[in-house]
Amino acid sequence: MQLAGPNGAGKTSLLRIIAGFSVPDEGDVLWQGKSIIKNYDEFARELLFIGHKTGVNSQLTALENVQFWLQIQGYNDTQDLYALLAKIGLVGLEDVPVRMLSAGQQRRVALLRLWLNSAKLWVLDEPFTALDKAGVAFLQQRFITHLEQGGAILLTTHQDLTTHFNDLQTVTLEYRH
Amino acid sequence: MIRQHSYWQLFSAVCKKDLQLAFRQRAEIVNPLLFFLIVITLFPLAIGPEPGLLARIAPGIIWVAALLSTMLGLDKLFRDDYHDGSLEQLIASSYPLPLTVLAKVVAHWIITGLPLVLMTPLFALLLNLDTNALIATVLTLLLGTPLLSFIGAIGAGLTVGLQKGGILMSLLVLPLYIPVLIFATSAIETSTMSLDYSGQLAILGAMLVVAILSAPIAISSALKVSVS
Repeated sequence: MQLAGPNGAGKTSLLRIIAGFSVPDEGDVLWQGKSIIKNYDEFARELLFIGHKTGVNSQLTALENVQFWLQIQGYNDTQDLYALLAKIGLVGLEDVPVRMLSAGQQRRVALLRLWLNSAKLWVLDEPFTALDKAGVAFLQQRFITHLEQGGAILLTTHQDLTTHFNDLQTVTLEYRH
Repeated sequence: MIRQHSYWQLFSAVCKKDLQLAFRQRAEIVNPLLFFLIVITLFPLAIGPEPGLLARIAPGIIWVAALLSTMLGLDKLFRDDYHDGSLEQLIASSYPLPLTVLAKVVAHWIITGLPLVLMTPLFALLLNLDTNALIATVLTLLLGTPLLSFIGAIGAGLTVGLQKGGILMSLLVLPLYIPVLIFATSAIETSTMSLDYSGQLAILGAMLVVAILSAPIAISSALKVSVS
């Protein structure tokens, strides 16, 4: 599902409410019929959130960032991370502090998580920002696999996704003063 | 991907990351210590190097300097995590946030409090403290500095979202440090009279236990408010 709308319409605010960081003034967010505020731990297990601020520490290397993220999410650290780094185009850069990488490469470090999780719901705020064309195509490929495995994706983007995703739903927010 | 829930894995991962970052920017460890050292050397210069007087005011000086130098590092405790979005990832983890916070505070104490405790013999020499008072000072700092980290982290959590939160945090936190200051300095003073000061230490210990159990919950709520 794509969340669309002009700048300032409240796309990010809505994503943050859905991810449980902000509490809505009115209404509730339900996950499998249960309020996420009361059952946050249960919801958090099925949620992968990558926001505008990606949660990548600029002093640590790409590898350290990914390993830290796996540990705080409770995943087993047995994956072949080097193969994955190579796949996403960061090979040879795994020991460089992230602040030395380009914006697109930093974004790739954050997006590595998409290959390393078992969450059903992905909430992504502008995932294509700073990525080159090949990166965008590669990411869309990953989206398709996730959807085929029964996952759900909620994202904001200004890109046109209709050609790649047949059953894409779009919710458009209007800008109101 | 298989998930295995291990609280120890989370605790050590968070602790290790903060220590790793601190050792990469060593100024973070060294600067508060230098500040502490400079403040302490200013007193003999300003008041005069009379040994009796220095020994009398030494507990107060050491403790006030300790309060101020822990304040220096507190500002950074959650700031980077807040700005790069790591805090959101920690909240959205399926682990309880208070445990994460506990690990961060412990790491903060290892970086700022522990070196202070280890350097106390040097300060005791500068201020002409006798052995009895030195032992009392080390013990009070050992119990007191973690307490300062826990109380201060509540203020740091509340102010992390603000642009210039540093001063506000000091105003929030320093009054809460007063009980620690009173019992710690009273313990050292009692020791200089060669009396038993285990009562004051017991109170500091009790305050520390309460802080370990309750502060992480308060800090977590403060962080959630700051992030939303």
